[in-house]
Amino acid sequence: MDHETLQDRFSIEVREITKTFGNGATAVTAVDNVSLNIRENEFLTLLGPSGCGKTTLLRMVAGFEHPSAGQILLAGADISHLPPFKRPVNTVFQSYALFPHMTVAQNIAFGLEMQGKPEAEIHKTVNEMLDLVRMAELRDRRTDQISGGQQQRVALARALAPNPEVLLLDEPLSALDYKLRKDMQIELKRLQHETGITFIFVTHDQEEALTMSDRVAVMNAGKILQLGSPRDIYDHPAERFVANFIGDTNFLDSSISEKNGRKVTLKLVSGSEVSADLPDGFDPPSIGKKVTAVVRPEHAKVSPRGEGQLNGTLSNIVYVGTDTHYYVDIEGGSTFVARIQNSRGADVSWSVGQEIDVSIEDNAVQVLRD
Amino acid sequence: MAGNTAIEDNPVERANRADVRARWLLSTPALIVLFCAASGPLLIMLIYSFLEPGDYGGIEWAFSTDGWVNVVLQRDIFEGTLSLADAHVSILWRSVRLSLLTTLTAFALGFPTAYFIATRPRESRSIWLFLVTIPFWINLLIRTFAIMELIRNKGVINIILMSLGIIDEPIQMLFTDFAIMVGMTYVYLPLMVLPIYASMEKFDFRLVEAGYDLYASRFKVLKRIILPLTKPGIVAGSILVFIPSLGAYVTPRILGGGKNMMLGNLIGLQFGQGRNWPLGAALALTLLMIVMVALLLYVRGVGKTENNRGH
Repeated sequence: MDHETLQDRFSIEVREITKTFGNGATAVTAVDNVSLNIRENEFLTLLGPSGCGKTTLLRMVAGFEHPSAGQILLAGADISHLPPFKRPVNTVFQSYALFPHMTVAQNIAFGLEMQGKPEAEIHKTVNEMLDLVRMAELRDRRTDQISGGQQQRVALARALAPNPEVLLLDEPLSALDYKLRKDMQIELKRLQHETGITFIFVTHDQEEALTMSDRVAVMNAGKILQLGSPRDIYDHPAERFVANFIGDTNFLDSSISEKNGRKVTLKLVSGSEVSADLPDGFDPPSIGKKVTAVVRPEHAKVSPRGEGQLNGTLSNIVYVGTDTHYYVDIEGGSTFVARIQNSRGADVSWSVGQEIDVSIEDNAVQVLRD
Repeated sequence: MAGNTAIEDNPVERANRADVRARWLLSTPALIVLFCAASGPLLIMLIYSFLEPGDYGGIEWAFSTDGWVNVVLQRDIFEGTLSLADAHVSILWRSVRLSLLTTLTAFALGFPTAYFIATRPRESRSIWLFLVTIPFWINLLIRTFAIMELIRNKGVINIILMSLGIIDEPIQMLFTDFAIMVGMTYVYLPLMVLPIYASMEKFDFRLVEAGYDLYASRFKVLKRIILPLTKPGIVAGSILVFIPSLGAYVTPRILGGGKNMMLGNLIGLQFGQGRNWPLGAALALTLLMIVMVALLLYVRGVGKTENNRGH
């Protein structure tokens, strides 16, 4: 080991990649000048709505699409123009794409055979993979004789068998039902831990992204809007799109009344002041600038008039089992939602129409870049 | 397998029997057509092949195995000894060989064509398919004469080659086995393209990506993924080309020039100028048997290939 830190060792480096489909007036830019460094052994998720370019980006790493501009480096070497069969990168496809004319074991062996591995090694690796995904008993089944969840495992084992540098997963859980998806999320995390392979995971499911990833890249319209740990992305969304796409959010119009490094004091519509964080790369020039701030529903609660930062009227109370959602009409027009976890000894019972305050937790306010 | 006991017999069994009867009744029209169009004529042929030829064609109602003996053997007129009928054997061999070559050539041309069509955008596929079927609109004779015009000594190909100075004398292509094969390939090519296209249309091209992803080169993807999965179409196409090639009549007659006969022409000859109906019938049944054996071998052979690998 040299003196490089883990942070400096990149598995995949995406450099200013652009992908345009078609040409002339009908050209569509699917990926727009994206740069992204993916660390070794990292579980990185590309998260975004459909059509945001996340799958195109993944397919360029796999080699199925060639970038219109820019470079992709694997362990420092440019692989942008290598065909997929020359890249030590394997994909788990959304449709699984298992070979229907082969058994489970033959599917898993395929990549190893194509690499020209000796028969004995193939046999050994296939057995290891079957154990890893707990499919040993079904090794001689045809792929149409096993369930969706099992097909998923075979697809994983097939992609992991050649021991790739990077495993690409294109919405692999989207076809599974809720319970199975939950199990597979944990399973995937375990596999990544056990194999030590870098995972790039594509999904439109924010919960999936938050649960499994080391880092999440939120994409929209061909660009990466924010890259960070799940906690970072959730607690400190930098853009309105990110705040909106991930979790529920309250947007507050406010103005900056005091600035102290990355911390600011915001003046809310009610006149009360809260402290808030500035997003990276955003340095508002002046005191008094109007900004939008966000607060997660669970970081606020309803309190008696005079005890909180926002004044309003309770307009609706929705009980959802674990939590209760309080809808508050804030003076100034907007609706604020506070989410409070239910407990057996809940003392205060609020009623609709009551004049109340919303009190926001310390360090729970985040300023948006726009 | 419980349930075949006498206790459960009555209502269920009776319903089953009625069901069977209805099924027989419903299939009667089909059976009649099948008998009149296939089994009946075949039976007549079988009977004729064991009779003696009439002097002016037709048959004499006297049992004889000469028809069958003459398929591959010939009796010396003066000594009455039997020897191998070289002419018949060479015609048999030419038929099988040319039919196999035709099937292979049609596959070599038809597979890429079907692949090409299947990978076009959905809207334009029907146009390409339409183009493939256009030759069917034109009479077989005219198509065959068109080929003749292309390959004869003063035909299009020879004139172009000579004017370009590539050859000094025309290449003799017409009236050769090559001409017959070209003609049959041209005529039967759509029969290869269409079934292969049908199975390729169902083929999931994402599997090709999966193959590339797993280190398979283009050739390996073709061999290990595309070919095994389009096999039903390839088998169907090959059968559809091989069988009519084996019995082809018009194409070898015109492009082979009468001296390069195929089985179909030989059979035709026996029922015509040859005035040997029993031999013709025996030859026709021989053709049928060759086809059946070839089919059995082929279907069994391809059925085994991919299932033999395991780990």
